[in-house]
Amino acid sequence: MNETINPLLKETGIPLNEYNEIVRLMGREPNRLELYLFKVMWSEHCSYKNSRPLLRILPKEGPAVLQGPGENAGVVDIGEGWAVAFKIESHNHPSAVEPVQGAATGVGGIIRDIVAMGARPIALLNSLRFGKLGDESEGDRTRYLVGGVVGGIAHYGNAIGIPTVGGEVYFHPDYQDNPLVNAMCVGLLRSDELKKSFATLGRPVYYVGSKTGRDGIGGAAFASEELSEESESKRPSVQVGDPFMGKLTMETTLEAIRLDLVEGVQDMGAAGLTSSLCEMAHKSGLGLELNLDLVPKRETGMSPLELMLSESQERMVLVPRPGREKELERLAGRWGLDAVPVATMIAEPVFRITSEGAVVAEVPTGALADSLTYVREGKENPEAAAARAKDLTHLPIPQDLQAILPQLLASPNLSSRAPVFERYDHQVGTNTALVPGKGDAAIVRIKGTSRAIAVKVDSNPRYSKLAPRLGAMHALAEACRNVSVVGGKPLAYTDGLNCGNPETPHGYFELSETIHGLAEASKALGIPCVSGNVSLYNEGPSYRIPPTPMVGVVGLLEDVSRRAELGFRKAGEFIVLIGDKAGELGASEYLWLTQGLEAGSPPALDLAREARTQAAIRDLIERGWVRTAHDVAEGGLAVALAEMCFPHGLGATIEIRNQARPDALLYGEAPGRILFTVDQANLQLAVKVLEAHSLPHKILGQVGGESLTVLMPKQRLEWGVESLREAWEGTLREVLP
Amino acid sequence: MKVAVIQFPGSNCDSDAVWALERVGLRAELVWHTQGSLEGFSAALLPGGFSYGDYLRAGALAKFSPVMEAVRGLAERGHPVIGICNGFQALTEAQLLPGALLANNNLHFTCKDVSLRVERRTAFTSEYKAGQVLRVPIAHGEGRYYADDETLQQLEDGGQIVFRYTQQATRHGPHAYNPNGSLNDIAGIVNARGNVLGMMPHPERVVDEVLGGTDGLGFFMSLKRALEVVA
Repeated sequence: MNETINPLLKETGIPLNEYNEIVRLMGREPNRLELYLFKVMWSEHCSYKNSRPLLRILPKEGPAVLQGPGENAGVVDIGEGWAVAFKIESHNHPSAVEPVQGAATGVGGIIRDIVAMGARPIALLNSLRFGKLGDESEGDRTRYLVGGVVGGIAHYGNAIGIPTVGGEVYFHPDYQDNPLVNAMCVGLLRSDELKKSFATLGRPVYYVGSKTGRDGIGGAAFASEELSEESESKRPSVQVGDPFMGKLTMETTLEAIRLDLVEGVQDMGAAGLTSSLCEMAHKSGLGLELNLDLVPKRETGMSPLELMLSESQERMVLVPRPGREKELERLAGRWGLDAVPVATMIAEPVFRITSEGAVVAEVPTGALADSLTYVREGKENPEAAAARAKDLTHLPIPQDLQAILPQLLASPNLSSRAPVFERYDHQVGTNTALVPGKGDAAIVRIKGTSRAIAVKVDSNPRYSKLAPRLGAMHALAEACRNVSVVGGKPLAYTDGLNCGNPETPHGYFELSETIHGLAEASKALGIPCVSGNVSLYNEGPSYRIPPTPMVGVVGLLEDVSRRAELGFRKAGEFIVLIGDKAGELGASEYLWLTQGLEAGSPPALDLAREARTQAAIRDLIERGWVRTAHDVAEGGLAVALAEMCFPHGLGATIEIRNQARPDALLYGEAPGRILFTVDQANLQLAVKVLEAHSLPHKILGQVGGESLTVLMPKQRLEWGVESLREAWEGTLREVLP
Repeated sequence: MKVAVIQFPGSNCDSDAVWALERVGLRAELVWHTQGSLEGFSAALLPGGFSYGDYLRAGALAKFSPVMEAVRGLAERGHPVIGICNGFQALTEAQLLPGALLANNNLHFTCKDVSLRVERRTAFTSEYKAGQVLRVPIAHGEGRYYADDETLQQLEDGGQIVFRYTQQATRHGPHAYNPNGSLNDIAGIVNARGNVLGMMPHPERVVDEVLGGTDGLGFFMSLKRALEVVA
């Protein structure tokens, strides 16, 4: 190796083995700009070099799938000529450094991915993870991050006019230094109008949208490093979002597609011009010549390197159909945007960049697009294995079981999410048929049809921390269950895989186990993965986040009028539980909150029974017998019942006769449990359906009154609904007034 | 008998407004902000959104757009002009309505259901009973109605306050009360002539049972009736 290259290797952080491969692929040593192109394109964020071999095992085919992973988003058919495009994406590191802009641009970025498929965004969701929410100094930082991230999401989503219909927020000390911000977007398109990142030979490639500035330089590479003290100095790596410009860009692109002006579309996201143009050329089997002099610039004196690495937001790449160039330019002008042909598709498969008349970089497109991949040796963290193996049978049973319910309801992870979702416009577009807080998943109807989609994003970090493979299986099963519980048939999912450093044995083990767990659940439930994102390196010298697979499931309701909400609505209705009567204590929220223990194994998951459970509840909802249903999740039966009391202030009385520990009966967790209500006329019919699906079930009691009453062997517990509500509503309101 | 729904580049409730108008059988068309004439239209609706990004102040730039002169002309000729949310902000900025909409008391964008009392029957509320309480959602960051004492008194005396936030429950239960800190609980007003209305809540979001409510239908039906009378 040439000695003079050494400082460049240090500067770019490219390892020697990759450098040697780059030299081999290019047939010569790269110059500085070329080497940086490789740095961003071969970052984990763009290349999936550590995750790609593992991700291959995920099922990606299904009857509804129109587009699987590999494009800007996955697409599934929902009937009557309609399809939905969806994807989840992380913006963790930018949000840790600058929460408002980090979160806002995360939303903007995922919107552009959906628009690039030719879909009009109709729903946003997000999945957020923060550290401790206490009074001490760590709590202060958490409050700052929560306020900033929620504010950033609201700032972008509200202004661009796409409803934020769902999401989840979870607090755990392991996210103290490394919060997670994943945003998901769903868009609607005619199934025959699907667009791809594609261009034909000789076509001009148009740059449309915001001008390029010095913001977000090298953001993709930043996302693929561990956070450190120096991260604060990487604030310039954080992009700045402008939802108004985002709206103009979105409308221009969608109108260009509607008028059939373009043959190919690609968003300019991570790694900006570099990634978008390289991907387009590579997917088209062609090369591309880019003239940097033509790129619209916000600042003067930007170097070729800065232009290529900038992650300025609100930019798209559009390739007009022959003869429609002027129309595209006029359309962009109407929305007040630049639309400039900056590049040309060429036959030679190279990415050639010119500036001031000289070629400043020339790299084979295949070399940039296909990085080396790594298959590593993983090893489980012995601490996780030891915690999982802990014997919980001799834990004391608390004296006062009554006091625990309000305590659970007031805990950061179980308290009301209204202070968060009230910041988001969740109704713009007049399609949100089930708003946040009303059901286990959001429902967005498709105007002009009786159809609707149900959407949910879910993940349980405690399960995943203690048992990564089982935790991932639970994540997919629960997200599908939530979609089923509102009446939607799950069609496909997108996965946001947030893990630690894959270059460490523990980090790689957790990544690998997570993907294997998803694959297993995916096969058993028959739900393919159509898109996703990896965010690795969520690790620092003193911490590693729990593996956090954020699974976003989209389901279909053929008749939106047949759906279920979670609130009790009618006194006298019977309450039926599908699934086991007792929950388990292992890995439960109850154990963590009352004993400070994060131990035991998450409950075992019978995927075949899970599939039958979900089919049964959908069946009951479709028949019109069930209009109230709720998944029993963290906090167990008692918390689920309390949540069902809140929407309409209606109580219930139930009876549990079982020999299990009373705390496990009330607060233990188990998968595949659903509570629903049914009136007397349909009770026996509903029971027959459950029997036909061979599901354990029990009629627990009836809706009514102003309190929640639980009759158990040797004790009677009673809570006023309003007093429980008070406990439940305050915790996050204090953080987000 | 056509309603113009004014489309600023940052409008985002424009299609929702068209959809709600069409649901009661009115014809509605989007009109781009650079258009200087509203000939052929019997009414105008300024929808919610972020007109020009609204980084300065909600609706502050909208008043300079060519279409606003046409809206002003329509209002001066006595035609109905409606501003919902951002549209209300733009109408106050353009001084077609008195007062101003300031940042919510909690300083944050807020989206939730509120109880809204119909104070009196006007051209925009003829399908409701005076005193009727509706459930309508709000979604805004700058919705705190403010005016000086004299203006407030004029609004009260002139019966120009059409909608107020109230603590009364609807048939759906209790909802948020005055979520932004508006003076005199004001949620919607008309001008002295009674043909220009501005309101912060979104009636177009509650015109379909699938979306959980139809309390906003009466608003659009009232407009339809008013236009039929004019025609």
